[in-house]
Amino acid sequence: MPDVLIRGGRVIDPASKIDAVLDVLVEDGKIKMVKKDISLKSADVIDAPGLIVCPGLIDMHVHLREPGREDEETIASGTRAAVRGGFTSVACMPNTDPVADNASVIEFILERARNEGVAHVLPIGAITKGLKGEELSEMGELMRVGAVAFSDDGNSVMNAEVMRRALEYSEMLDILIIVHAEDVNLSKRGQMNEGFYSTLLGLKGAPAAAEEAMIARDLILAEMTEARLHIAHVSTAGSVRLIRQAKERGVRVTCEATPHHLVLTEALLATYDTNCKVNPPLRTEVDVLALREGLKDGTIDAIASDHAPHALHEKEREFDYAPFGIVGLETALPLMLAELVESDELSYTQLIEKLSCNPARILGFEGGSLSVGNPADITMFDPKAKVKVDTNSFASKSKNSPLGGWELIGMAKYVLVDGKLVLRDGRVA
Amino acid sequence: MRLKSKDLLGIRELDGEEIELILDTAESFREISTRAVKKVPTLRGRTIVSLFLEPSTRTRVSFELAGKRLSADVVNISAKASALAKGECLKDTAKTIEAMNADLVVMRHSAAGAPHFLAKLIECGVINAGDGAHEHPTQALLDLFTIRERLGKVEGLHVVIIGDIAHSRVARSNILALTKLGARVTVVGPPTLIPMGIGEMGCEVSYDLDTVLSQADVVYALRIQLERQTETLFPSLREYAALFGLNKERAVGLKKNALIMHPGPMNRGIEITAEVADLPQSVVANQVANGVAVRMAILYLLIGGGKSA
Repeated sequence: MPDVLIRGGRVIDPASKIDAVLDVLVEDGKIKMVKKDISLKSADVIDAPGLIVCPGLIDMHVHLREPGREDEETIASGTRAAVRGGFTSVACMPNTDPVADNASVIEFILERARNEGVAHVLPIGAITKGLKGEELSEMGELMRVGAVAFSDDGNSVMNAEVMRRALEYSEMLDILIIVHAEDVNLSKRGQMNEGFYSTLLGLKGAPAAAEEAMIARDLILAEMTEARLHIAHVSTAGSVRLIRQAKERGVRVTCEATPHHLVLTEALLATYDTNCKVNPPLRTEVDVLALREGLKDGTIDAIASDHAPHALHEKEREFDYAPFGIVGLETALPLMLAELVESDELSYTQLIEKLSCNPARILGFEGGSLSVGNPADITMFDPKAKVKVDTNSFASKSKNSPLGGWELIGMAKYVLVDGKLVLRDGRVA
Repeated sequence: MRLKSKDLLGIRELDGEEIELILDTAESFREISTRAVKKVPTLRGRTIVSLFLEPSTRTRVSFELAGKRLSADVVNISAKASALAKGECLKDTAKTIEAMNADLVVMRHSAAGAPHFLAKLIECGVINAGDGAHEHPTQALLDLFTIRERLGKVEGLHVVIIGDIAHSRVARSNILALTKLGARVTVVGPPTLIPMGIGEMGCEVSYDLDTVLSQADVVYALRIQLERQTETLFPSLREYAALFGLNKERAVGLKKNALIMHPGPMNRGIEITAEVADLPQSVVANQVANGVAVRMAILYLLIGGGKSA
């Protein structure tokens, strides 16, 4: 593998508190040197003036659909979508078919990723067998073969006793439990957020309380068991408040929000656009503002896409019958740059923290930093380049995004994974 | 005169002027249904597909009669007999209907927004004949027509709608239509059947039927769906009838000219007692009769007089 020299970019590495125009030298897939004016004759040179050079982005919440729904996404297409979006690592949820609740599925995913993937794939194992919320999966075994965390994402572990035992067991293994918080009795058949719009549109609503009640329960259980809890796709003002209070009293909790929940509201559903149908549902303006506040004050640690590919024919249906989900890998970074950084709500450093070093820290994954000796996972983007979203240009097999036609800022330009250039000038190599 | 859109998807999409136009046009069509030969050639050669994917008798028959009295060809597709029963998706059904050169599709569907989805897929017009808990615009229009016929106006009247507002498309369309024409609307029912944010649609909310009834110009009882009891939305039909049923004692306290309405089919003894349903102020049968005239007007305004815009 040739050495790579990234020259003249604005290097932002929150973990090492760097924000300066520097060169980065990559040797043998590792970061060798981060300094001013490195001169080297034999390296491949990437001229990066005007670009921001940061640790590779890590999306800690995606659905790659393989095995089971390869028509919607595969590990090959999903990792291509990832690098196109600037992500060098993705943590994939276990709700595949078969479910990743046993070692062979985790091994299969890792092998596929080695053979066909272009980004790191970090498999998340199921908390319970078959995601049924009844019996714990063999967490120790799954961890041994490579599971980085456990989640029943898509489902809530409704039985509090099972959740308690999962947290206790994970504490022994020192591994993270990620929860999809939804009291399914409260949200039963809910198609969207419950409120004025669900009433106007005649769609069954899922109240904010369905999420908040479950978060409250899980925070109490995490406090009791002293286990590490991560709350996926936080979407309501009340959830942010609960998590903020729990952090203040020392509960070991972290959480993420999705780009769509940070920008879009339920008002978009007025045309019954199934590309806006997602779980948790798009909420209100008040919730969006509270999520942004939570990002700024550190209550929300990470931004994760919850990339959820769905076949066109399944989304082109009556609203009630369409599946929940939005693809987000290829729009997360430019949407956040356009909506949060352009408006000065977040700095570049804060955004990179939320998209890279915090997810690495939460998952205990070596990455999220440009420290010398780290794997050379590096993302470069042009923070001034305007980009119009064309869902047909997605590397993802699925196009279910409500952002088609939106004007965003700063698509990834170059991406290195383990020192290998996998995205060159915005194209997957 | 035409409506602004090729479709009638909901009252939400209509303005007050269009509502008045429909009601005025219906006036002129009403007389046709009283003739010995109940037919005019207005829509001769036009094809209307009636696509009812949820059981319905009165609305389907009302549309069919409206179409036939205007000499249109009306073709019925029901859920059981259609390819949808064989697993065809609505998109393909829509394409099939389009390929058969229909001029208008009248659709009933259990999913809110299904007519909006259909309207985007096909070029011909779509009439929403009821979509889930969303809207039932032609019902609201025939209700307005009936109120106007009996009380001379809609503006300034106080209309009280009682019952399962949460699951009722009739309630939503009526709230929108009545407030667009300047009526005051109060919805009444147990909190479990009053949906979140309904006040933002422009109506008032009350949980106490007896305090609002005496001020009402129109009392509109909604059908209680019997299965709601098992969803713990109210404890029993007996208690519902006691708290929210229109009975003789309550009818006595009404204003002298107040109208009693119901979209049908009625559960006599639950939301309305037999005595009240059969009072002279009860206009349930007029609602049905006016339904045909109002639907004739809508068909005419959407596809009458030259090629649709």
